[in-house]
Amino acid sequence: MDIFANLALGFSVALSPYTLFLAVCGCFLGTIIGALPGLGPSNGVAILIPITFTLGLDATSALVLMTAVYYGAMYGGRISSILLNIPGDEPALMTTLDGYPMAKAGRAGDALVLSGVASFVGALLATIGLMLLAPTLARVAFYFGPAEYFALYLLAFCTLGGMASNNQAKAALAACIGLGIAMIGVDSSSGLPRLTGGNLHLFDGIDFLVAIVGLFAIAEVFFFIESHGKGSSIGVKLEKVTIPWKDIMATKWTMLRASGVGFIAGILPGAGASLGSFLAYMTEKSVAGPKGGFGTGAAKGIAAPEAGNNSAAGGALVPMLTLGVPGSGTTAVLLALLMTLNITPGPTLFTERADVVWGLIASLLIANIVLLLMNVPMVKIFVKILSVPAWVLLPGVTMISFVGIYSLSGSYFDLLLMIGFGVLGYFLRKLDVPTVPVILGILLGGNMEDALRRAMTLSDGDVMYLFSSPIAIGFWIAAIAGFVAPMFLRGLLKKPEGHKD
Amino acid sequence: MASDRIFGLVMLITAVAYIAAATQIQTNFFSGEFLPKLFPLMIGGVAALCSLSIMFKPDPDPDWPAARTWGAMAVAVAVLAVYAVMLTPLGFIFPTMIAAGVLSYQISPRVGPAVLSGIGLSLGLFVLFKYALGLGNIVAYRIPTAAKLWDAFAILIPFVGGH
Repeated sequence: MDIFANLALGFSVALSPYTLFLAVCGCFLGTIIGALPGLGPSNGVAILIPITFTLGLDATSALVLMTAVYYGAMYGGRISSILLNIPGDEPALMTTLDGYPMAKAGRAGDALVLSGVASFVGALLATIGLMLLAPTLARVAFYFGPAEYFALYLLAFCTLGGMASNNQAKAALAACIGLGIAMIGVDSSSGLPRLTGGNLHLFDGIDFLVAIVGLFAIAEVFFFIESHGKGSSIGVKLEKVTIPWKDIMATKWTMLRASGVGFIAGILPGAGASLGSFLAYMTEKSVAGPKGGFGTGAAKGIAAPEAGNNSAAGGALVPMLTLGVPGSGTTAVLLALLMTLNITPGPTLFTERADVVWGLIASLLIANIVLLLMNVPMVKIFVKILSVPAWVLLPGVTMISFVGIYSLSGSYFDLLLMIGFGVLGYFLRKLDVPTVPVILGILLGGNMEDALRRAMTLSDGDVMYLFSSPIAIGFWIAAIAGFVAPMFLRGLLKKPEGHKD
Repeated sequence: MASDRIFGLVMLITAVAYIAAATQIQTNFFSGEFLPKLFPLMIGGVAALCSLSIMFKPDPDPDWPAARTWGAMAVAVAVLAVYAVMLTPLGFIFPTMIAAGVLSYQISPRVGPAVLSGIGLSLGLFVLFKYALGLGNIVAYRIPTAAKLWDAFAILIPFVGGH
C-alpha cells in the first residue's frame, strides 16, 4: 500500500523530539488562540507566521507548528462558546446553541469533555479523508492547464463570496480589492513597475502578511475600542471535570455523520469550517426531530457542530494542498505560510515534496492526539486563561503583530501600511464587506493573472480558449451557480442567532 | 443607506482611477503590448460594476460609534503610526511602554491598569523576544540623537519626510 509507505515517511519526519515539542507548543498556543474571544484562528496564525519565519525554522518544522496551532484553535473555539456564550471563533458559533444551555444546567465539565471528544473524532476522520483523497485529487489536477486554473480561481472567489456576505456585490468588490492590490509591484514579464505610483517601497509589491495582520489583528483593536472591552461577560463556573461516557456513547453516530458532512463542506473551495459546523448541526437537528431537544443543551447538539467544524478544518486542507486554492480564511493564511516558505502548493507538491506533505499529515495525527490529551484533563488551565482582560490582551497582540511585521523587513513602511490595512479592515467589516476575499485576492492574484496570461499566449488571444475543456466549463458553471445560488438560498440558510439572556 | 452610497461612490472613484492607471502601465517587447494591462483592467471593470450596484442598492446603515469613540480610535491610529516610525530610532522597550499603555487606556479607560499593562507588556515581551525567541536584534534598545528622532517623525508629515 502506497499510503502506509508514505505515512511511514511522514512519521519519520514528524516523530523527531524537536518536531514533537513544536507540535505540543503549537497545540497549546492554538487552543489559547481559539479560546480567547477576539483572537480567532486566522489572525492568530497570521501573527505567528512572521515570528516563525524570523526564528529560522525549516519548512517542515514551521508547518508542523502552524498546523498544530490551526487544529488547536479549532478545538479552543468551543471553550468560550460553552462557558461564556461567546464563540471564540466563527465556526464555534453553533456550539453556543447547546453548549451554553448545558453549562448553565451545571454540566459545564461534561459539555467541554464531550465537545473535546467530538472535535477529536471529527479531526481524526478528516485527516484520514485527507490522506485518501488528496493524492487522488492531485493526480487529477496534473491535467489542469491555464484555462482550468483560471476558472478554478474564479470558482474559489465565487463560492467564498457567495457564502461570506449578505450582498454579492460587496463580496465581489472585496475580491477585486485584493486582486487589485496583488497587481502592484514589478511585472515579472516586462520587468517594469506597475501601479506603484513611483513609490520605491511598492516595487516589491505589498507583502500579504502585512495585509493579513492589518486586516485581521489591527482591525480587531478598533472593534474592541468601540465596545470598550465589554464582551468579557461573566460566564458559567466550572466545578469538576469527569468523562461523561454515557453521552459519548449516545452521540457516536452523530459524530460520525457530522464528520462526513463537515469534511465535504470543508473541501468545497471557499466554504470552510463555519459552513461545516452549520450543516452538521442542521443535519443532526433534522435527524433527531423535535424530540431531540436541540437548543436546550442536548448532547448531540454539542457533538455535531464540534465534529463538523473540526472535520471541515481538515477537509479545507485538501484543496489548499492539492490545488493551491484555500477552502477558508485560516487555510488562506496557511497558504500564505507555504508561500513564505517557498513551497508552491499544487499537484507537484505531492511528488516533489512528499516529505513535507506526509510530514504534515503525520503531524496532524500527532497534534490531534496531543490536543485530546491536553483538552480533557487540562481544560481548567485554558479556562483560567480566558479571564485575561481585553485591556491587556489586545495591546499585547498589537505589539506582537508590530514586532512580527517589523522583523520581516525592518521597515517602518510596512508597519504604516499595516495600520492602513487595519483601518480599511474596520470600515469594510462595519459595512458588511467580507475581508477574507480581500486576503484571498492578494494571495491568488498573481497566480490567477499568470494563468490568464498563459491562456492568452497559448491561444494567441482567443477568449474562447478559456471555455475550451469540459473541466473548465464545469468550473465556470459551478462558479456562476456558487455566486448566484446564495441569493435564493439566503432565506433558507439563515444562520440562527445565539441565545440571548 | 447613506453609508453604502458614500462607500460605493468612493470605491467607484477608486476603480476609475485604477483603470486609468492600468491604461498607463508601461510595457516592452518581452511582455507584449496588452497582456500586462489586461487583468488590471478586468479587475477595475468588475470593481466599478460592484460599486455601482452598492450605490444603487444600498444596505441599511451599520451602527456607527459615537463621536467620543471616533476620537479614541483616531488617537489609537496616531499612537500606532508614531510607534511605527519610532521603533527604529528608539528601540523596543520605551515606545512599546507608551503605545501599549495608551491602547490599553483606549480599550478600558482606567489609568492604573493602563500603566500596568504598558510596563508589563513592554518588559514581558522584551524578555520573551530577546531571551526565549532569540530576536534580540529586533528588540534592541538604542539612545537616539535629536536629529534621528526628527528624521523618523518627519516620515509622518506629508511632503517633508519619507525616503
